[in-house]
Amino acid sequence: MGLTNEQLERYSRHLILKEIGVSGQKKLLASKVLLIGAGGLGAPVAMYLAAAGVGKIGIVDDDVVDLSNLQRQIIHGTPDIGKPKVTSAKETLHDLNPEVEVEALQEKVNASNILSLIQNYDFIVDGTDNFPAKFLINDACVMAKKPFVHAGIIRFKGQIMTYVPGLGPCYRCVFRDPPPPEAVPTCRQAGVLGAMGGIIGSMEALETIKYLTGTGELLVGYLLTFDALTMEWRKIKLPPARKDCAVCGSHPTLTTLIDYEEKACALQ
Amino acid sequence: MKITVSGQSKEYREGTTIKELLELEKVEAPLYVTVSLNEKFVPNAKVASTLLKEGDKVEFIYFMGGGR
Repeated sequence: MGLTNEQLERYSRHLILKEIGVSGQKKLLASKVLLIGAGGLGAPVAMYLAAAGVGKIGIVDDDVVDLSNLQRQIIHGTPDIGKPKVTSAKETLHDLNPEVEVEALQEKVNASNILSLIQNYDFIVDGTDNFPAKFLINDACVMAKKPFVHAGIIRFKGQIMTYVPGLGPCYRCVFRDPPPPEAVPTCRQAGVLGAMGGIIGSMEALETIKYLTGTGELLVGYLLTFDALTMEWRKIKLPPARKDCAVCGSHPTLTTLIDYEEKACALQ
Repeated sequence: MKITVSGQSKEYREGTTIKELLELEKVEAPLYVTVSLNEKFVPNAKVASTLLKEGDKVEFIYFMGGGR
């Protein structure tokens, strides 16, 4: 099926890119992406993916919009305070691009629902703010053979890496186990510059679009880090996947998902 | 001896271990930092005993948990 006249105009700046073109745009329109977390990272990811014409976007978040979110979560506005984040996000995305189907899932991901949540999507985006969720997303994606992009932001720093099954290390290869509660600060405790979500979230959107259209090279086997104070980006080559990784290794010892206790954000 | 740490080449005394390097570089929460040495993961149990040598490349990979 061809693109409509409206689509030809809406996506014209994609269509003239030889790496995307009509075939890449059609791939985006046929793609399904699940965002876990509709906050600082999830907001720009959702908006750029909707604007890009990703056919279906699922958003999972159990939270409601709070005044303190608006410093960085640009998908929500002041009148949205008190509204479920997924509802507010869905409204913004509909305004941006009404042809995108948005599935708003007001729930918290956990070991019992994540596999069924991710199974209908082509690519998963981590927009969460805690290690239990980041490990859960990794483990579920490894088990279900789903590609995903991980990102984290804190203070003036951010990091991002992409996992594609069979092609490189997973998050657990790099980080092994969640740190004990309070051992490593999270952004609720340490603060984060709002624009960091825009920088790193936009990078997640880029990785998603590149994966879906088969464009360029992904951050598979690399960790990209950014320090806003020095404006330094570093693309760190990661070691290969660990053969003894508990979840993606040759003899996985982790075969059921774990709900780690979430205490990392105690100072809410 | 010269070692490349986080992309920057610096001089360290012979016999420096990874654990000492973490201290010298004032790495925050060093117990929870993944270390790669010449693009290989260094197991936690070997951080204290691994001696660095001329030309080694070390990366510190930090947990970054924020995002919402």
